[in-house]
Amino acid sequence: MSDASTSKSGGIPNPLAWIGRAALSLFAEVGRLGIYAGQVIGAALTPPWNLAQLWKQMIAIGFYSLPVVGLSAVFIGAALALNIYTGGNRFGAEQFVPNIVVLGITRELGATITGLMLAGRVTAGIAAEIGAMKVTEQIDALKTLSANPFRYLYAPRFLAACLTLPMLVLVADIIGVMGGWLVSVFALDFDSTTYIRNTMDFLTMDDVLVGLIKAVVFGAVIAIMGCYQGSKSKAGATGVGRAATLSMVGAAVLVLAANYMMSTLFVNIGL
Amino acid sequence: MTQPILELKDVKKSFGSNHVLRGVNIDVSPGQSLVILGGSGSGKSVMLKNALGLMTPDSGKIFFDGDDVTHEQGKEREAMRARMGMLFQSGALFDSLPVWENVAFRLLNAEKMKRAEAKERAIDTLKKVRLGASIADLYPAELSGGMQKRVALARAIITKPELIFFDEPTTGLDPITADAINDLIIEQVKALGAASISITHDMASARKIADEIAMLFEGEIIWRGPADIIDNSGNDYVDQFVHGRAEGPIQPAI
Ligand SMILES: Nc1ncnc2c1ncn2[C@@H]1O[C@H](COP(=O)(O)OP(=O)(O)OP(=O)(O)O)[C@@H](O)[C@H]1O
Ligand SMILES: [Mg+2]
Repeated sequence: MSDASTSKSGGIPNPLAWIGRAALSLFAEVGRLGIYAGQVIGAALTPPWNLAQLWKQMIAIGFYSLPVVGLSAVFIGAALALNIYTGGNRFGAEQFVPNIVVLGITRELGATITGLMLAGRVTAGIAAEIGAMKVTEQIDALKTLSANPFRYLYAPRFLAACLTLPMLVLVADIIGVMGGWLVSVFALDFDSTTYIRNTMDFLTMDDVLVGLIKAVVFGAVIAIMGCYQGSKSKAGATGVGRAATLSMVGAAVLVLAANYMMSTLFVNIGL
Repeated sequence: MTQPILELKDVKKSFGSNHVLRGVNIDVSPGQSLVILGGSGSGKSVMLKNALGLMTPDSGKIFFDGDDVTHEQGKEREAMRARMGMLFQSGALFDSLPVWENVAFRLLNAEKMKRAEAKERAIDTLKKVRLGASIADLYPAELSGGMQKRVALARAIITKPELIFFDEPTTGLDPITADAINDLIIEQVKALGAASISITHDMASARKIADEIAMLFEGEIIWRGPADIIDNSGNDYVDQFVHGRAEGPIQPAI
C-alpha cells in the first residue's frame, strides 16, 4: 500500500515490516468486524422487531435461493454417490453408498454447499444493495428520519438468514440424498427399495441436527459479511463492486472455517 | 435577540490530512433562510452532516435550540431529528419503497401511524409540491430528476419541521424546473414558518431563497450578510464567486 515497506537503504522491501503491518491491519479489521457483529446481533435479539422487513428478507434470502440450492444439492449428491461407488468398488464396499451419501450430505455437504452458494448469491447481493444505499446517502437519510439502520436494515437481514438457512439446508439434504439415489439406481444398478431402506436405517436425527446448527451459524456469517462490507463501501460503482467481491470472498472463507471448527466441536462432544 | 435554532461553534473536521472544516462559526434564527455558498469540495455537505449529527466534529460544538447536541445519541438525538428535515444532495429516496412510503417514512416507522392514514398524509403533502396522487405508487427510479427532488422535498416537510436543510436542491435541473423548485421551497418554508439552511452554488437560487448569505471558503465562514447586498459585499472572494470568474483570489479546483 504505502512505500513505507521499502526500507530507507535502497528500496528493498522489508518483509518483516510488511508482515507486521499486514498482521496489524488484519487484527484491526477483525476487531471492527467483531464490534459490528455485536451491534447487529444486539439489534436482532432485542425488540421491537421490524416484521415487515423480516418477511421481505426471508423471501429474498430464503425463497429465491431454492433453485440454486436445489440444483447444487442434486449434483453434489450425485457426484458423491459416484465417487463412493468407484472408491468402495476397490475393496468390495460399494454397498455402503447409501449410508455414506446420507451421512456426508446431512452432516457436511448439505450445509456447506448451501452456505457457499449463499455466500455468493446472498452476501454479494446484500453488500451491493447496502453499498448502493450508502453511497447514494440513503443510509444517512434513514438516520435523519429517526430509523436506526441496525434495526431497519441489518437486523432483519441477519434474522432472515439465520432462520431460512436451516430450512434451505433441510431442502438441500433431501435433494442431495435424492441426487445420490438417482445416480445409484439409474447408472449404478442399485435396487431402489433397498437403497431407500438403507438410507432410512442409517439416517439419524443427530446428523441432521448437526447440519442445521451449522446452517444457523452460516446464516449469521453470510448476513453480517454482506451488511458489514456494504455499509463501509466507498463511493462509486467500483466501490460498491469491491464491497460485493470482498464480502463474498470473506463469507465463503468464513463459512468453510466455521464449518471445520464446528465439525471438530461436534465430533468432540459426540454429536 | 432571539435564541438561534442552530448554532455551530468553531467546528473542525478532518479526514486524515484533508482538513475540511477548520473552525466553522454559523448560526440561524427561527424562521430565517440562510444560504451558504462555497465551491465544489469546500466542505458544504460535510458541514450539514455535522449539524445533523451524521458525522461527529473533531472539535467544536453544535447547539440546537440552545442545547449542546454535539455528542448526543439515542433518544435525545431522535427527538432533535424529529424537529429537522433534510433534502439530500442526491435526493436519497429509498429505491425499494414506493413514492408515498418514502414521503411518509417517518410517520410509518418512527411514529407508527396506520398505513391508510399515512398514505393520505403523503398524498396531501405531494399535492403541496404539485405532484398528483397518481405517482404515489410509483418507485423513485420511475420519476424524472425534478420529480425526485419534489418527492424528497415532500419527505422533508411532511412532519412540519422547525429547521430544514437543503443540500443543492436545484443542481442538475434545467433553469425552469430549478426555479419551480425554488418557488416551492420558499412557499413551503414560509408556510411552516421554519428556518432553513440551503447550500447551493447556483446564484439565481441563492438570491431567490436567501434572507442572508454566507460563504464557506477553506474551511471557514469568511463572509456573511443580507442577501440584497451580495453584489456589494466588499469581499473579493464573494465577488469572484458571485460573478463566476476564474481569475481572482480563489483558485479553480481543477
Ligand atoms: N466520508 C468522507 N470520508 C472522507 N472524506 C470525505 C468524506 N466526506 C467528504 N469528504 C471530503 O471532504 C471534502 C468536502 O466534501 P463535501 O462533500 O462537503 O464538498 P461539497 O462542498 O459539498 O462539494 P459539492 O459542491 O461538490 O457537493 C472533499 O474533499 C471530500 O473528499
Ligand atoms: Mg455537497
